[in-house]
Amino acid sequence: MNYDVIVVGGGHAGCEAAHACATLGNKTLLITGNINNIGDMPCNPSIGGSAKGIVVREIDALGGVMGEVADKTHIQIKFLNSKKGPGVRSLRCQSNKKLYSETMINLLKSTKNLTLKEFLVKSLIIEDNKVLGIVTEDNENIYSKKVILTTGTYLNSDIMRGHSKYKGGPHGEKTSLYLSKNLKELGLKIIRLKTGTPPRIDGNTINYSLVKEEKGDNKLITFSNFNKPSYKVKNQISCYLTYTNENTHKIILDNLDKCALYSGMIEGIGPRYCPSIEDKIVKFRDKDRHQIFLEPNELETNEIYVGGFSTTMPDEIQEELIHTMKGLENAKITKYGYAIEYDAIDPTELNMSLESKKISGLYTAGQINGTSGYEEAAAQGLIAGINASLSLKEKKPLILKRNEAYIGVLIDDLINKGITEPYRLLTSRAEFRLLLRHDNADIRLTEIGRKVGLIDNKKYDIFNKKQEEINKLMKFIKETNFKCSKENNEFLLKNKSVKLENSIKVSELIKRPEINLNRVLKYLNVKFNKESIEQVEINIKYKGYIDKTNKEVEKMLNLEDKKIPSDIDYEKVRNIATEAKQKLSLVRPLTIGQASRVSGVNPADISMLLIYLKKEYPNE
Amino acid sequence: MEDTIAAISTIVGESALNVIKVSGKDSIEIVNKIFSGKDLSNVKSHTIHYGFIMDGNEKIDEVLVSIFKTPKTYTREDVVEINCHGGISITNKILEILLLNGCRMAEPGEFIKRAYLNGRINLVEAEAVSDLISAKTETARRIGIKGLTGESSKLIKDLREDLLSLIANIEVNIDYPEYEDAVVVTKDLIKEKISGMIYKLKEIISKSENQLLIKNGIKVSIVGKPNVGKSSLLNKFLNEEKAIVTDIEGTTRDIVEGSIILNGVEIKLIDTAGIRETDNIVEKIGVEKSYKAIDESDLTLFVLDNSRKLSKEDEEIFNNIKNKKVLIIVNKSDEKQELDLSKFKKFEIINTSTKTKDGIDSLKNKIIEMFNLGNLELNDYTYLSNSRQISILKESLNIANNILKKSEEEVDLLEIDIKILWEKLGEILGETYKDDLLDEIFSKFCLGK
Repeated sequence: MNYDVIVVGGGHAGCEAAHACATLGNKTLLITGNINNIGDMPCNPSIGGSAKGIVVREIDALGGVMGEVADKTHIQIKFLNSKKGPGVRSLRCQSNKKLYSETMINLLKSTKNLTLKEFLVKSLIIEDNKVLGIVTEDNENIYSKKVILTTGTYLNSDIMRGHSKYKGGPHGEKTSLYLSKNLKELGLKIIRLKTGTPPRIDGNTINYSLVKEEKGDNKLITFSNFNKPSYKVKNQISCYLTYTNENTHKIILDNLDKCALYSGMIEGIGPRYCPSIEDKIVKFRDKDRHQIFLEPNELETNEIYVGGFSTTMPDEIQEELIHTMKGLENAKITKYGYAIEYDAIDPTELNMSLESKKISGLYTAGQINGTSGYEEAAAQGLIAGINASLSLKEKKPLILKRNEAYIGVLIDDLINKGITEPYRLLTSRAEFRLLLRHDNADIRLTEIGRKVGLIDNKKYDIFNKKQEEINKLMKFIKETNFKCSKENNEFLLKNKSVKLENSIKVSELIKRPEINLNRVLKYLNVKFNKESIEQVEINIKYKGYIDKTNKEVEKMLNLEDKKIPSDIDYEKVRNIATEAKQKLSLVRPLTIGQASRVSGVNPADISMLLIYLKKEYPNE
Repeated sequence: MEDTIAAISTIVGESALNVIKVSGKDSIEIVNKIFSGKDLSNVKSHTIHYGFIMDGNEKIDEVLVSIFKTPKTYTREDVVEINCHGGISITNKILEILLLNGCRMAEPGEFIKRAYLNGRINLVEAEAVSDLISAKTETARRIGIKGLTGESSKLIKDLREDLLSLIANIEVNIDYPEYEDAVVVTKDLIKEKISGMIYKLKEIISKSENQLLIKNGIKVSIVGKPNVGKSSLLNKFLNEEKAIVTDIEGTTRDIVEGSIILNGVEIKLIDTAGIRETDNIVEKIGVEKSYKAIDESDLTLFVLDNSRKLSKEDEEIFNNIKNKKVLIIVNKSDEKQELDLSKFKKFEIINTSTKTKDGIDSLKNKIIEMFNLGNLELNDYTYLSNSRQISILKESLNIANNILKKSEEEVDLLEIDIKILWEKLGEILGETYKDDLLDEIFSKFCLGK
């Protein structure tokens, strides 16, 4: 059996990678331990959120599928930070997780050139540092030109709860026992990471009169820029909020020795942004309560995800703890929380294309690269899929820059800085976040998706129509006068603005912070769609900040243009700090800009590097 | 897109003239902004122009400005050289004005680095340039740290910590909008915090300026009973007749100041009125002033007359100053010795003759030794890095003031400038950014589902 690409793993990274490769015309095989588990959400039943929601929009603009599937299967929508500046607004949905998985499976099954199969992978077939395929645990050889590993937390994973520890993947799935050993033998640096998940409870056993209801937004809004599905905003399912209390905290402190986390059996590094409830109580002893979010997990079974309550306590203590909380006095646990420890690859082993530096044709994406989160995984899966496909056509890889997409920030951080804990995107990681907005993800990336070949004509038409509408509106406001008339001034006063002295263009008027473009257009009796109004208004109102950010971008790009030859020997660069030498030798940055972001490299080192390059490579 | 850089390129202090060098594409434009004279934007390359450096409407110094246009310049960029009238304060002031008008302080060795990278000095071995920069960087780093007094650096650290916790709080509001335990940062809260910081920034700036020993110079007061030759000593030091010198007791009524530069440091000499018991009101005021001057000075020169016996007056004055840093000057050493010096065994004694100028040089050397001015180069650097730090502080103050003006905008947009402010202050201490922020976020707030 021969394929162009084999994707190992059917999580969010695997789905995007397989879909992209197959859609781009490559004969693709997706291997998973359990086909019914494709597109599963083993942790919280939610997609998007701060920064992550923007990533989903970016995936969609590039031609990925996460946004589309999330739109079809969500049960609640919230537009976060809608009252803050445009750079930090983001969408989050609660998903019907079973429906999400089913929808994704159907989508993949109907994707041309894509085959789904159930196997576990034992090892890679490698010749001359080039990947040629995989060997299954049943010792079957399957050949391909490229292999994309998206194994999530399944590499040599241990499940831990109380004092018990056993080999296994999330939710009783089998773990991949041999592959990480094989990767280590192939010379890849393997690290051990940890994450955890809370218990699930039966929604019918919650006393809803004692918990606080959290409703969705009343505004129709979608992840996808294309194929916009409509939904009834009134049909949303609520989440609920409860709190831990003194009693909960006391039980945890009394039983610390019984949980896996504090009994010394965990060596992996867990994420700070996803602490277990044990960690929260121990590290923040002064807090008398913590928020616990009750999120609908599966509508059909009415199972509820207890967000914020990740734990490694033994079953009986988990029961006791859950019952201390208001509204959960009689709650029945349907699945216990646990911690999972798994192997990952040190991401500095990768090129910016997500291809391994050591083994050509091997790509990795998602948790295997040390990230956490469905969105981060999907984004990498998409990029790995695109780049494997581009490489098959002998084209240059797609590398998104930090000023182009959160996906660019994510991959740039991973490859240049490495990780010390599972990596999660945060808005604070993006220095140009005013450019990387929810509202302009399509404007930033659709052309790129089109060029790659993942944006079909239908989507491209939708995109072009929106662009036309924006240009039309921009032209309109730049050419239309807002006259200094009595009537117009009354309108201004009514909108808490000041009178005009002379007539001005509408585009000038919009610069006033208190003046809303939508209202002006309504007043002028002209119609444009909401999206173009939003786009034009943001670009005019925030021009000062956007220009400032663009200047910083220019500085960065200037350094990005200075290429570093791939054969450089850092040992020969004089006067460079030892730490910088080591890190640069490991990361092998492609440009001076990338070199300057490698952790442990100082501006003085960069100066030395520039001087060395000038001397050794005078013509470059 | 390279920045325009500036630095003082002469050793400050000794020479009568100092040169400040500016290089980069905006160099002519920036100097033109602060120059009163010919419009420099239209002059030919390799020409010299007379005029004044201005700080707003205030004339700072009379200067000659040389314009060198790319490519035939030292760095192959547009270069401007400002020749000014020496004096550390003036030279540094001009540098400071340049930095506030868009120049960046050159990194150690940056001019030569640019010259090299732009292909100007192609014969110089790359290693030599690299070694030179490396050496200069190390010196500057050592001295840069020394340049900031412990107190100021702690104040700046505290300010940065306050800023960081403000930024972390805003970030938590953004990334965890449903998290209830974090204060919701509002425009008003930002305004309040930044106002507080502006107050502190101003305080640090004035303190840093005050603390610059070199900027203030070293105050040396000359004391002694009337007519022992204090004013003459001062004049020999200054090489000019500034104080009124007569042989009649009590003619020096006012404190006369004059200053000389010793190894780049300003030595301010203060001649005090002769101290003696008196009923004369004018003279009494003079005596009081003298004691005040002694209190404020860094060094006291106690002048005795070699030709007269030690008097009660001498002893009384000595009792008043003996706990200070004192040098005993035995003047009129060319005359017959009547003075008994056994009382001053524990003190440094220098013999001078103001008539023959004997001993003046040994006195100068003694001061150099006492204040460790021998390490001139170090002291220069110390001062320069201070001036750089002060100008960064002033830039920071500008940013903070702008945040206050902008407080009508959304919090996350204001945060852009708060971050810039935080980074600016970090430049002074040489500290970095992002990892700190995440540490702060996750150590202060209990986040995550």
